[in-house]
Amino acid sequence: MASERYLIRGAAPCGGETADLLLADGRIADIGPGLSAAGATVIDADGLIALPGLVDLHTHLREPGYEQSETVLTGSRAAAAGGFTAVFAMANTSPVQDTAGVVEQVLALGERAGYATVQPIGAVTVGLAGTHLAELGAMAASRARVRVFSDDGNCVADPLLMRRALEYVKAFDGVVAQHAQEPRLTVGAQMNEGALSAELGLAGWPAVAEESIIARDVLLAEHVGSRLHVCHVSTAGSVDVIRWAKARGINVTAEVTPHHLLLTEDLIAGYDARYKVNPPLRSAEDVQALRAGLADGTIDIIATDHAPHPVEAKECEWPAAANGMVGLESALSVAHAAVVETGLLDWADIARVLSATPARIGRISGQGEGLSQGAPAELTLYDPSVRRVFDRSDLAGLGTNSPYLSMTLPGRVEATFHHGYATVLHGAVQDAAAIEQAAREAIHG
Amino acid sequence: MRHLLSTRTLGRDEAILLLDVAEDMADVATREVKKLPTLRGKTVVNLFFEDSTRTRISFEAAAKRLSADVINFSAKGSSVSKGESLKDTAQTLAAIGADGVVIRHPASGAPQVLADSGWIDAGIINAGDGTHEHPTQALLDAFTIRRRLHGTASRGKDLAGVRVTIVGDVLHSRVARSNVWLLSTLGAEVSLIAPPTLVPADTSAWPARVGFDLDEAVDEGPDVMMMLRIQAERMQDSFFPNSREYARTWGLDDTRFARLRPGTMVMHPGPMNRGLEISSAAADSAQSTVLEQVTNGVSVRMAALYLLLSGDREES
Repeated sequence: MASERYLIRGAAPCGGETADLLLADGRIADIGPGLSAAGATVIDADGLIALPGLVDLHTHLREPGYEQSETVLTGSRAAAAGGFTAVFAMANTSPVQDTAGVVEQVLALGERAGYATVQPIGAVTVGLAGTHLAELGAMAASRARVRVFSDDGNCVADPLLMRRALEYVKAFDGVVAQHAQEPRLTVGAQMNEGALSAELGLAGWPAVAEESIIARDVLLAEHVGSRLHVCHVSTAGSVDVIRWAKARGINVTAEVTPHHLLLTEDLIAGYDARYKVNPPLRSAEDVQALRAGLADGTIDIIATDHAPHPVEAKECEWPAAANGMVGLESALSVAHAAVVETGLLDWADIARVLSATPARIGRISGQGEGLSQGAPAELTLYDPSVRRVFDRSDLAGLGTNSPYLSMTLPGRVEATFHHGYATVLHGAVQDAAAIEQAAREAIHG
Repeated sequence: MRHLLSTRTLGRDEAILLLDVAEDMADVATREVKKLPTLRGKTVVNLFFEDSTRTRISFEAAAKRLSADVINFSAKGSSVSKGESLKDTAQTLAAIGADGVVIRHPASGAPQVLADSGWIDAGIINAGDGTHEHPTQALLDAFTIRRRLHGTASRGKDLAGVRVTIVGDVLHSRVARSNVWLLSTLGAEVSLIAPPTLVPADTSAWPARVGFDLDEAVDEGPDVMMMLRIQAERMQDSFFPNSREYARTWGLDDTRFARLRPGTMVMHPGPMNRGLEISSAAADSAQSTVLEQVTNGVSVRMAALYLLLSGDREES
């Protein structure tokens, strides 16, 4: 099956002029008009946009340790359903991904599942506890070749430890991905601090708790000459700080989640815990600033922060509920609604912010190389013309905690190709056993 | 009425109806037999996830005076303290056949979640949720103010032009929130006086003035001075330096009390910290409504239970 050839007929690469794409031996063997279909399975892509396989720099796959929420297999299946061919697996597993052994285990689980490249992220500190540096060098030198380090879920709040981490990862061209949240300013925080939190009586998560950490970290990155990545930027003030830092020449990159580009805190008024997420949903002004920041390049990428939880973690009173939303399956449609339909980004920009740049920030090979002859056959076909009510059948992972259920969203992923084989075809995620087999053949030839 | 979850969403007519029915209920309390058969055969559960003997017995008295069967479910020492979810507790109460659930919960929004969940069909009364709302407290406060102002001619009246100053820990107070919405809906002018640390960061959407100077507020001669209970542990979190400074700056002490107009009502939701937010002289004065508030609480809760549970239950 890995040797299966596909001729994708009449797709629009990154929304441009239509062309045929021939996939063979895990590569884009040819691209152009009127290619021969000889020996290939033909896929009619009339009206579909071809995008390079999407790369998510921020995914929670939950395995090992929280397999009731998600596994590497189910999470990467969700990724494929959303058009992703690579995901960076966050370190807050149990045990934490803070040693070479654990990151290699996650890597191996991803290779075996075969739906997408699963690139482990390493913890910055032992057990995410924020006190001692984890074995960053060992993880970097492991078979998992870790380059992104994050305590996501927790902020590396200690300024000295953050400085050391930023300095240390320079040895192997690593990057520290910071979850920017000043812990003392967010004790018990439940939602964005503002007029609505005052009315609902929920403890506020003030914007300054994010902005002050970003301000500190960009200055630290400048001082030690290292690379900083800011996770899930959520406020207008954060966009301003990052814009200032980039103008100053500081080596900082930033991500925004699909939900922070589309949803606002107003949704929380009924205390429905599906809308509980960290950082919290913010105001409409913040959403506009984030969109503008993405459009002008201040924010480099979109990353999902896919965070699956079991049903009981959301079917409860607000303060007891878990933070997080699943986002892989809906990411492209949400980006479509938030920044493409609004005219801020075109499909080539989408390819940049959801594929090329995240791959570059994460220093991952074989991903994000675009749609050109000879590039790895990592791509997705997207139908931008449909509108559908997003529902449970659109979710392919274990988590059903999507804020978009019963919302109308544009577009649909029709097919995804990883290592040249189809993980999604005709809108359907392909069978796990077949994918596992295809992945084995792709690796061993 | 389907539920009573907040005063934020309570309209003027609905609020006045509740207060007028409470007047009828208050009349019952003056009879020799203080009991109506109205809710005979109905089951009311007092579901208390937080200790509050005062509120619980007030609701219990209210339900019993309407002849309802009352079940008191205290979360402490029950399966709830062993991790049972709100969903399982609610489904258990539904299976028992509860017609009304009076819920007190430390989580803001828990009554709303219960009402929207589909886990239970009962009418839900919010008896205080986190730092969100405590609607029956605000209703009994409004009832008390109206009665002091209009006596037996209270029925049908609102609180137009009444100037109410609420003093204390507004940030953590569900009583303050419910009063801000309800009193302003009824036409009152509401002012909030607190240390700046104990006011929410953004109160721009509130129909209330916010100030920090209690002396100025006293000298404005309000019709009502409502003191909120201050939790001594707030000083651990540096909301204010210590209780002495709080009492000196934001307490209704004897001097400030003496400066109030003789007609100014002094209110407190209880339990009081005498000598901290309110002096004994103020609390025990003729201007104090503290005990009337307790009495009126039963009438107002009878009215709420009556409107929620009597007759055919309407669809929401």
